Amino acid sequence: MSETNVAASGASVEPSQPRPTAEPAARRGPGADAAPLIHARKLTKRFGEFTAVDGVDFDVQPGEAFGFLGPNGAGKTSTMRMIGCTSPISDGELSVLDMNPRRDGPRIRARLGVVPQHDTLDNELTVRENLLIYGRYFGLPREECARRADELLDFVQLSDRGKDLVEPLSGGMKRRLTIARSLINEPDLMLLDEPTTGLDPQARHLLWDRLYRLKQRGVTLVLTTHYMDEAEQLCDRLVVMDKAKIVAEGSPRQLIERYSTKEVAEFRFAPGIQETLDGQFDGLAERIERLPDRVLLYADDGEDVVASARSRGLHPETVLVRRSTLEDVFLRLTGRSLIE
Amino acid sequence: MSAIAGARDRRTTAPLPPLGSSWSTVRRVVEHRALQYRRTFRASIFGSFGIPVLFLTAMGFGLGGYVDRSQDAVLHGLTYLQFLAPGLLAATVMQTGSFEASFPILGGLQWNKVFHAMFATPIQPSDIVFGNVIWIALRLALVGAVFAFVIVLFGASRSALVVLAVPCAVLTGLAFATPMMAFTATQRTPDRFATLFRFGVTPLFLFSGTFFPIESLPSFLQPVAWLSPLWHGVDLCRQLMLGTVGDTPLLAVIHALVLITITVIGVAVAMRTVEARLVKG
Repeated sequence: MSETNVAASGASVEPSQPRPTAEPAARRGPGADAAPLIHARKLTKRFGEFTAVDGVDFDVQPGEAFGFLGPNGAGKTSTMRMIGCTSPISDGELSVLDMNPRRDGPRIRARLGVVPQHDTLDNELTVRENLLIYGRYFGLPREECARRADELLDFVQLSDRGKDLVEPLSGGMKRRLTIARSLINEPDLMLLDEPTTGLDPQARHLLWDRLYRLKQRGVTLVLTTHYMDEAEQLCDRLVVMDKAKIVAEGSPRQLIERYSTKEVAEFRFAPGIQETLDGQFDGLAERIERLPDRVLLYADDGEDVVASARSRGLHPETVLVRRSTLEDVFLRLTGRSLIE
Repeated sequence: MSAIAGARDRRTTAPLPPLGSSWSTVRRVVEHRALQYRRTFRASIFGSFGIPVLFLTAMGFGLGGYVDRSQDAVLHGLTYLQFLAPGLLAATVMQTGSFEASFPILGGLQWNKVFHAMFATPIQPSDIVFGNVIWIALRLALVGAVFAFVIVLFGASRSALVVLAVPCAVLTGLAFATPMMAFTATQRTPDRFATLFRFGVTPLFLFSGTFFPIESLPSFLQPVAWLSPLWHGVDLCRQLMLGTVGDTPLLAVIHALVLITITVIGVAVAMRTVEARLVKG
C-alpha cells in the first residue's frame, strides 16, 4: 500500500522532469493498480555464511522505472539475479509477473528482457546473428526474429553494423546491442544491471536516451546503478541499498527533500588548511560533512552560506554552490561516498 | 494467420516455454552451436580429411611396411594398416570429443558467457547440457564419417560393418566428452586442461590398443587396459571393421555398455556442475 502511495506522489512532485506518456499503472485508474510486477518481502540471499541481500521489501508497479542505487557489493546484482530467476532465493517471498521464480523460472524469463552487468554477446557471430539466435531462444519463428532484429538494430542505431562481427564494436555499441537483444521478446519487464558502467559520457547519454524512449512506450524498467545522475535521469522511484539492506525509498526528488537540503556549498582549501579549521563551520549550515578533500555545507541557500563563511574570515581556494543530488542523500544515509 | 496473431495479445507470439527440458528448447542450443560452426566449417572439414590421410600414410604405410615384414603373429595375418585404422578412428574421435568439451564449453561459461545469456531466457541448464552433447555428437559423427571414408579409400577396412564403426566411435568420443564437460563446468581457467590432456588423454591415446595390441603390454598391465574407456571403443571399432564381431558378440556388447554407462554418468554429473555454475553467475 505504502509503495503505491510513494509511486503516485513521487510522480507529482517532479515538475522539472518531463513526464512519460505511459503513467505508472497506479495512476491509470481503478483496476489497473491491482498487481505489482515484482513483489518482494523479506527477500534474502545468502552465500554460505555471507548474506548478500538481507530481508528487503519492495514492489515494482507496471510502467514505472525503478532503481536500486548503492555502492559495489551492496546486494544490487544479487537482487537482480533473483528477480531474473537465475539465482534461487534463500528466504522470504518473491513473485515476478505474478509467478513464483522457484517453480516458473522459464515462464518468467520468457517475459523478461535482461541486460546483464557484463556483456554476454557471442563474439563469434555478427551483430545481427546475435539478435536472431537470441530470438530463437524464446521460440520465435525465424521470420519474426529477422523482422524484430532489423527494427531493433534501427532503434539502437546499429543498422549499418548488422553484418559486422561483435568483437570490434566499442563498449557503448556492445551495450546498445545487448539492450536490443533484451528487447527481442518484447518483454513486459526489463532488468538492467549497471547499464552504463564503464562507458564514456557520450555513450551513456545515447543509452539513457534509448532507455528513456522505452520508458515512454510504457516498458517497465528495473535498473541498478551506482551513478546518482543515472538514477536521477531514469528512475521514477528508487531504493538506496547499503550492506545488503534497503536504507531509503522514494522518488529522487523526495529522497533529496527528505535527506538533504536544496543546495550544497562545497569548499576546497589549500592542503593542510582544513585540518586547522575545527569548529569554524559551526552554525553556518543545516548540516556539515567534512570529507578528506573538501567540506560540504548543506543549506537551502548556498550563496548565503558562502557569504557568511567569507564574513567569518574563511577563504577556501575554490567554492562551488550546487543543487543537492542523490550522492548527498547517500552520504547522509551511510556516511560514505557512492564511488570510493 | 497473421490476422489471428494480430488479434491475440502480442505476448502470445512466443510459445509458452515448457518447464522441463524438451526437444523444442534443446534444439535452440544446437542451432546456436551450428551457427557458430558455420564460420569455421571449411577449415574444420579440411582438418577432418587431413588428419586421417596423414596418419594412415605415415603410420599405416610407412611404419606398417616395417611391421608387416616382421610377420608378427599377434596381428593374426592382418596388415598393420588394417590393424591400425579402427584404433585411429576411435582415438581421433575421442580426442576431438575431449577437446570439444573443454575449450568451447569453458568459452560459453567463462569467456563470452554465451551460456549465461541463454540462461536469462527460457533455456535451462539441462537444455544447455543436452544441446551441447548433441552438438558434440554431430561434430564427432562428421569427423568419424570422414575418417571412415578415408579408411575405405585406403582399402583398410575388411567389412561393410565399418558403417557401424562410426556410431561406435562417436559413442567413444561421448564417453570422454561428457565427463570432460562436467569437469570443465567446475573450472574458471583452462590451466588444468593441459595437465588433463598430457597425463590423461595422451597416455590413453597411446596405450589403449590403438597402435599395438594390448597383448604386447606386460601381462600385469593388460587388465589396466580394461579400465581405459578408449580401449573398449578401439576394440569395438576393430571388431566391426575386421568383421570379427560375430566371434565374440558378448565382448562387443560389454564394450558398448561400458561406453554408454560412462556417457550417461557424464551427462548426469554435467547437469549438476553446469547448473551450479550458471546459478553461481
